[in-house]
Amino acid sequence: MVILSVRELAVYIHQLLEYDEVLADIWVEGEVSNLARSRAGHVYFTLKEEQAQVSCALFRRSAMRQERLPTDGEAVLAHGKVSFYEAGGKLQLYVDTVRPQGVGLLYAQFQELKARLEAEGLFDETLKRPLPPFPRRIGVVTSPTAAALRDILNILGRRYPLVEVVISPTQVQGKQAAGQIVTAFQNLQGRDVDLIIVARGGGSLEDLWPFNEEPVARAIRAAHVPVISGVGHETDYTIADFAADVRAPTPSGAAEIAVPDQDTLRADITRLRAQLEQEMDRQLQTFGRRLEEHVRALHRLSPWALIVERRQRVDDLTDRAGRSVRHHLAVARERLRSATLRLAALDPRAVLSRGYAIVRQPGGTIVLSPEQVATGERLDVQVRDGSFGAEVVD
Amino acid sequence: MNPSQAELPFEAAFAQLEDVVQKLEEGDLPLEEAMGLYERGMALAGRCQTVLDQAELRVTQVAGEGEEETPFDEEG
Repeated sequence: MVILSVRELAVYIHQLLEYDEVLADIWVEGEVSNLARSRAGHVYFTLKEEQAQVSCALFRRSAMRQERLPTDGEAVLAHGKVSFYEAGGKLQLYVDTVRPQGVGLLYAQFQELKARLEAEGLFDETLKRPLPPFPRRIGVVTSPTAAALRDILNILGRRYPLVEVVISPTQVQGKQAAGQIVTAFQNLQGRDVDLIIVARGGGSLEDLWPFNEEPVARAIRAAHVPVISGVGHETDYTIADFAADVRAPTPSGAAEIAVPDQDTLRADITRLRAQLEQEMDRQLQTFGRRLEEHVRALHRLSPWALIVERRQRVDDLTDRAGRSVRHHLAVARERLRSATLRLAALDPRAVLSRGYAIVRQPGGTIVLSPEQVATGERLDVQVRDGSFGAEVVD
Repeated sequence: MNPSQAELPFEAAFAQLEDVVQKLEEGDLPLEEAMGLYERGMALAGRCQTVLDQAELRVTQVAGEGEEETPFDEEG
């Protein structure tokens, strides 16, 4: 016989529930009743059916994440785990997501498919193909009458009109749509397109549902070229978005991602042209300088230059020689003049004109002293105007 | 511009233009080659410009696998 304390019983039940796989991750649908909010922000309610009910707790943080809170009497689909609140002795469903039943079911299916395909590796980053930078032909899977296509064509025409567009038409909502989308992809298979855009405008979860169907995801991955998905609004994420090689927030976004912008390309061309001009300019200048240097060198080394140089030297030497000779001449003349003057000063005839006489003995010897002569000797006296004889008297 | 250059698709012309500019910038070319590259580069830039200026979006539609493309009728 086993006797447990209350606490031991509570713990036992708690653990029993914790280890149950089904109860750890469960979806439950039912009607909401007795909805109440605690002061801390937690939400408590009961999910009920005719003969059964379960207490639910939606804690504040999870409650804030819900699009909106359920109301009493509403049919909902809740997700969470079942556990045992020991202190209160209560079995509770701890809810993390609660949505209206219709949409809620779709949402659950969405989560389930997403998880399954992800586990299969269908959304792997390694499978994503790079987009061609300059696509020549683009396939578009979409409704031919919807605004999404007009937006795409407008943007492609504005940004990169040299691309060709091949439309593969399909319905984009309703029961037939998923099958048609798959067919639309098949119609593009093997055609000469560089990439495919699959697109549809905004709508509710039900409207977008075809893009959450498994065959569509597989058709996208099976495409022979990269696929850009532009489905719904920015906040809508569909299975197609996860399967595609690139997800765009909207159809217009898809067109913008698909092609380059010709304004940017024109600016690039202008810049490249300018670079060409600059480079050519630079090269020409370099060559020009080099040419100048060569010409100068040539001039320095040419025989003609040599002749000119030599001639200059000759002229120069001639000049210097001439100056030298003239200089010497001048010096000589000056000396001559000076000598002549001195000579003139020494001329004996000048002495005579002053009144002096030159006395000579018959032999021509000049008498300088009385001792030289004897009385009665005949002497020759030269005066300025002539000469006469004289006899020594004393 | 030689005949094959006149037909170059945009992507090829653009890539070649970038190539030419890079070669010219690397320098160390004989003058004749540099001038030849310059002319080729300008011709390529002109071709790129022309392609952009003359482009008009062509839109066609397919009906079934392997079937011919038909011009897209906006009203349809």
